Amino acid sequence: MTETNTNDAIVTRGLVREFGAVRAVDGVDLSVHRGEIYGFLGPNGAGKTTVIRMLITLLAPTAGAITVAGYDAVSQPDQVRLRIGAALQEAALDDKQTGRELLTLQGRLYGLRGREIAARMADLTDLIDIGDAMGRLIGTYSGGMKRRLDLAAALIHQPEILFLDEPTTGLDPISRNRIFEEIGKINTDLGVTIFLTTQYLEEADALAHRVGIIDRGRLAAQGTPEDLKHSRGSDLIIVKLDGNVFPQVVASLEALAAVDAVDAHDSELTVSTSNGAALVSGVALKLNEMGVGVRELTLRTPTLDDVFLQVTGSRLQREETAQLEGEASGNND
Amino acid sequence: MAVVSGAGGVTVRARKAGFFRDIFAVARRAVRAMLRDLETVIPALFIPVFMFAVTVGALQDFAETIPGLDYRAFQLPVAVLFAVTGVSRAITVVTDIQSGYFDRLVITPVNRVALLLGLLMADFVLIVALTIPVIIMGFIVGVGFETGLLGILAFMLLAGLWGLIFNGFPYAIAFKTGNVAAVNLSFLLFFPFLFMTTLFIPQEQMTPWLSTTADFNPVTYILAAERSLITEGWQWVVLRDGVIATLGVGVVSMGMALYTLRGRATRK
Repeated sequence: MTETNTNDAIVTRGLVREFGAVRAVDGVDLSVHRGEIYGFLGPNGAGKTTVIRMLITLLAPTAGAITVAGYDAVSQPDQVRLRIGAALQEAALDDKQTGRELLTLQGRLYGLRGREIAARMADLTDLIDIGDAMGRLIGTYSGGMKRRLDLAAALIHQPEILFLDEPTTGLDPISRNRIFEEIGKINTDLGVTIFLTTQYLEEADALAHRVGIIDRGRLAAQGTPEDLKHSRGSDLIIVKLDGNVFPQVVASLEALAAVDAVDAHDSELTVSTSNGAALVSGVALKLNEMGVGVRELTLRTPTLDDVFLQVTGSRLQREETAQLEGEASGNND
Repeated sequence: MAVVSGAGGVTVRARKAGFFRDIFAVARRAVRAMLRDLETVIPALFIPVFMFAVTVGALQDFAETIPGLDYRAFQLPVAVLFAVTGVSRAITVVTDIQSGYFDRLVITPVNRVALLLGLLMADFVLIVALTIPVIIMGFIVGVGFETGLLGILAFMLLAGLWGLIFNGFPYAIAFKTGNVAAVNLSFLLFFPFLFMTTLFIPQEQMTPWLSTTADFNPVTYILAAERSLITEGWQWVVLRDGVIATLGVGVVSMGMALYTLRGRATRK
C-alpha cells in the first residue's frame, strides 16, 4: 500500500474496473506528486487507457477510490474537471472547425470570457506554432499540427494536472521530439503535474520523474527511472542465442563468479552484474564451452526496457516495432 | 479553482460557464458546422417540393371531388412536415463519439443537458428556415393563410416544434450506439408517423383500419392543426390538440435522448 501524501495530485486506492467478466484494472494504488511528470507504462491491453479514463472522470471505477487535485473523482467529478486537461489517444478534434474556433469553444466551456481566451491563445502561440493555419479547418492539418492543437486545447484553461495518453503515437520522430520538448516545458515553466502514458521508453526515461509499470491490470513496478534501472544491476550482458535458452545454460551462467542474476526470455539471456567489463569474456567462453550458438552479445547499462522485460516478461520496444511494422504494412495496402 | 500562471503571465480561472452559456457555445458550433455543410440541407428541401408536386399533380382532381377540399392547402402541411422531420445533427454526434471529440467535451465542466439542447437549438434554426421556402412554394401555387401573418408564424413554430421533438429519436440512437447506420435507421420511424395518417386524403375518406390507426398517430393532430391555420382560421381546440400531441411525442423522444446522453456521458 502506497502512503497518501497531501501533496499528491493523484491518488488511487484499490482501483478496479471490470468489463463484464474481464477485470481490466485490478487493485491499482497510485500516488502522483504535485509538479511531477509521471510516466505510466505497460504493454498493449495492460489497462493504461482504462486507468487514465477513470482518472479523468470518463469512466466510473467498479471499486476503489480516486482523488484528483484533492477531489473525489466519483462524487465530485465537476471539481476534478475544472482542474484537469487531457489529450487522449488520437487527437480528439473536430475537423469541421478551425483551430481558433476549437480553442474558443474549449475556453468557453471552461467559463473563460473572450478576452481571457484571446490572452490564453496568445500564451499558447509558441506551443501551437501553426501560424496562419489557426484560421484553417482542422481537417487540413498534418498529424503533428493536430497533436499540438490537441495539447493546446487541453491547456487553454490552465489546468493543474495534464493527462496525456500516448501523445506521440503515430507521429514522425521530429514531431515526437517537439511534443516531448513542449511537455517538458509545460512541467518546468508552469508547474503542471503531468500523467503520461507512452510507448517510447527512452522518452519516459528522459522526461518522467517517476514511472509506474502496469501489467495485466496490476501495478507491477513504480519508482524513479534511475531506481528502477538500478534494481536490474549496474551492468547487463545481453545475449541473443540462435535457439531458445535451455535451463542448464542459465544454471551454468549463474554459477559464474560476479553474476548477480540471469533472466531468460525466449532466445534472449540477460546477465546482471556489478562489473560487466570483467565478466563479458567469461560469459562468452562459458557459452562457447557449452556449444551454444550466439547471435549477438552486448554489454550495456540497464534501460527501462530491461525493467519492463523483468516485470512484464516482454520488451515494450519489440511490441512497438511490431506495431509500427503493422501500421506500415497497413498503409501500403 | 484551477489557477496556474501562464507562460506569458496571463492567469485565468476555470469555472462553470453556466447553463445558458453552455447551450449557446454548443449551438454556435453546430450552426457554424451546418453552414459549412449546406449540401446536406438540399435533400431536405428537394423531397418536400418533389412530394408536393407529385402528390398534388396525381391526386388533386380526384381529391377535390370531395366537397370543399382545397387539395393544395391540404398538402402544404404535409410538405412542411416532410421538410422538417429528421433534420438533425445526430450524425455529427456519432462523428464526435468516434473521433473522441465527444470525450473532450465531456471532460469539460459543460452541463450535460446543454450538449443536447445546444444541438437542438441549432436544429430549430435550420428547421424553421426550411419551412420558409415551402411556405413560399405554397404562396406561388395559390395557398393563402386564413389566419394571416400570425398564423404563418404559428404554422412555422408548430412545424419547428414537431421537427425538434422528432429529433429526440435520432439523438437517442446516436448517444446509445455511436453508430451512423443505426442513426440512419431512425428514418424508419418517419414512415409510420408520416404515412399512417391523413397524408393523402381526409380521415373520413380512409379505410376504417387506417382511420383508426390515424386516431392514435400524433401526426394526425399536428397536420389537423397546421391545416386549420391555412383553411379554417384560429381553431383553438384543434391547435391545442396539435400541441399536446407534439409534446406527448416529446416526452418520449426527449426522455430517451436525455437518458442515453446520461449513459454516454457517465459511463458506468
